[in-house]
Amino acid sequence: MNNSPGKGCTGFIADCSKWALTGSTSYKVYLLVLLAIIGTGAWAYSNQFRDGLIVTGMSDIVSWGLYISNFTFFVGVAAAAVMLILPAYIFKDADFHEVVIIGECVAVGALVMCLLFISVDMGGPLRLWHIIPGIGLFNWPSSILTWDVLVLNGYLALNVFVPLYILYCNYNNRKPVGWKYQPFIFLSIFWAVSIHMVTAFLYQGLPARPFWNNPLLGPRFLASAFAAGPAVIMMVIIIIKENTTFHIDPIIFKKLKRIIVISAIINLLMLFSEVFKEFYTFTHHSLSAQYLFFGLDGRDALVPWIWTAISLNIFGTLLFAFGPRTYKPKYLMVAAISLFTGIWIEKGFGLIVPGFIPSPLGEVIDYSASGIEILITLGILATGILIVTLLIKPALKILSRYKDFERQKLPSS
Amino acid sequence: MNSRKDETDPMNKEEIVEGKSSRRSFLKGLSIAAAASSAALVTGGCSLESLPKSREELGLKWETYFQENYRLMTQEEKDQTVERLTRQAKLEDNLDIHISSQPPREKVLYGYAFNISRCEGFMDCVEACVQENNLDRNAKTQYIRIFEMEPGKLDPSTGDGKYFHKVPVDDKFYMGVQCFHCENAPCIKACPVKATWREPDGIVVVDYNWCIGCRYCMAACPYYGRRFNWGEPSVPEEEITRQQHYLGNRKRMKGVMEKCTFCIQRTRQGKLPACVEACPTGSRVFGNLLDPDSEIRFVLKNKKVFRFKEELGTDPKFWYFID
Ligand code: SF4
Ligand code: SF4
Repeated sequence: MNNSPGKGCTGFIADCSKWALTGSTSYKVYLLVLLAIIGTGAWAYSNQFRDGLIVTGMSDIVSWGLYISNFTFFVGVAAAAVMLILPAYIFKDADFHEVVIIGECVAVGALVMCLLFISVDMGGPLRLWHIIPGIGLFNWPSSILTWDVLVLNGYLALNVFVPLYILYCNYNNRKPVGWKYQPFIFLSIFWAVSIHMVTAFLYQGLPARPFWNNPLLGPRFLASAFAAGPAVIMMVIIIIKENTTFHIDPIIFKKLKRIIVISAIINLLMLFSEVFKEFYTFTHHSLSAQYLFFGLDGRDALVPWIWTAISLNIFGTLLFAFGPRTYKPKYLMVAAISLFTGIWIEKGFGLIVPGFIPSPLGEVIDYSASGIEILITLGILATGILIVTLLIKPALKILSRYKDFERQKLPSS
Repeated sequence: MNSRKDETDPMNKEEIVEGKSSRRSFLKGLSIAAAASSAALVTGGCSLESLPKSREELGLKWETYFQENYRLMTQEEKDQTVERLTRQAKLEDNLDIHISSQPPREKVLYGYAFNISRCEGFMDCVEACVQENNLDRNAKTQYIRIFEMEPGKLDPSTGDGKYFHKVPVDDKFYMGVQCFHCENAPCIKACPVKATWREPDGIVVVDYNWCIGCRYCMAACPYYGRRFNWGEPSVPEEEITRQQHYLGNRKRMKGVMEKCTFCIQRTRQGKLPACVEACPTGSRVFGNLLDPDSEIRFVLKNKKVFRFKEELGTDPKFWYFID
């Protein structure tokens, strides 16, 4: 059955859906759990839609919270696919070539999450058509947010198109034609950096918020993303290796580890440099940092979070740097999860919320996400995971089928 | 002078309007389709109650939903829009209000000055503003904040914005803040859909029907000048100020941004903003910066004035002064 020849476009869609939705009982349970979380999130969102953003923990002072924090972080994860794309396609690294599709699927999932986080953050989601260029009124180039809309959607399109084309060719037992997709790969590499920089500029370009108005923000963003993103990809690859028959060469883990360690160390260095600047030369611009790390005026909601984040960050980095040389799935999983969670808190919560505290008029209040906000966030995370799963499963199937096909061809020719 | 682009200045209009005709025809098509389908819904549906009224209401709702950015409308379209909104207020809330679409007055640029040596912190201005501008009573929205300050400090962030005691207190002074109507406003630059802009008379306004509620402007404002409707705003019916302006104190919805408009519904008719009128100590001065004989020009010329966070280059039209 595996070697039945491809059947064009309809066959491609039908087979992909079939491969995505069938599997063992535990796979089905897993899908159902995700759907249940998504359903709860949708219910929570219907409440927010009805009553307004008042059901969240946000206020006029801290006017962005959990949603925008997660948006910011997952832009980083999406951009990180480039760390696989670059060696795989440009340096023709055969090992990375095997798993690059996984990176691209993760990017698509992350981007969908980003767009969802932005959408649920809107006060007037029904008026979102105002931002569609041509129909609405697009304040480009003045508003950095419009740049972000462009680069995110563009990156999503690139990350859908390239793998889709390659898989479609493989499905029909053809070799993809280089010139048809390679230009887009070059484009997507440049684009990955741009989604990150533009998102950083979103915050960096606001003189009203000294905590963000810092030229190191963009580069630090990039470094942390290039650590967190490959960590996510590593988690996904470990799960695939442990649960499927898809062949993954252990050398991949070694190479990914190297990328993660270098980025994580650069990230820690920059974090240290920032902390030094804030506290050695203390100005009133350092109040946000003081709030974040030590609390201000008796308010300290973020203090435990940021110290947890920094500890996880250092712990994860050390695990990666001094780990065993062989493939140890449990060990790597722990390292990846701690690094990922550390950066998640630091780049999400720890970056967005203190930007608003103290307010421009010097007021200090705490922000904590409401239950509804958390449910919606979980719903979006589950949506992302579901998308990644439903994309990767048929993709791997097609790839291994194509590999078998090539192997059969070889001896005869 | 040259910062005041006339409404009819063709260059200026063009720059805003590019691509307008295609959008307009597209929108028209959409709203016709929408009106048709809503009509079909009502007639074909099971609606037993007063058919014509609900049908009109639905149609108006659709038209409002698809209406375009206020700044792109011709004066005629603006008039039609406020007429529709007035009718909707009647149908939906049974309210008789008057919404104006009055354009800016010729040769006017508004400016504001606040006398920190005179203000005694009574907050009559805050109350008057809440009343005049139909501010949400649920969330207790206030455009104006008064800070109680230690002598020698001139930055509100060092003061107390939540004092609740008898005023004035010896050895303290008071400083009011609100939107400063920056000439180079970071909030306007930030808005992704041009829902907020500076009118030719210097008032920074929001089109509540165009705002998507992203709150990027709020993050960009260095003065805490903006307020967001986190929930559905409400004002008791008997307290509603009925003389309204499209860009001013008309009804806001949940999920949109709002801010001080220098009481656009009053000032465009030549009246003073409510806060200026309410101030018992005469600490608030408002007027036309282009009129050499105005009180505001006198203050700027003869008093020691300063602006808040001047270093940010926002060029606010709001000065503090000392007698
Ligand atoms: S004070 Fe804030 S809201 Fe008002 S114009 Fe300036 S930047 Fe915009
Ligand atoms: S909240 Fe409204 S006015 Fe402010 S930036 Fe967003 S769309 Fe523009």
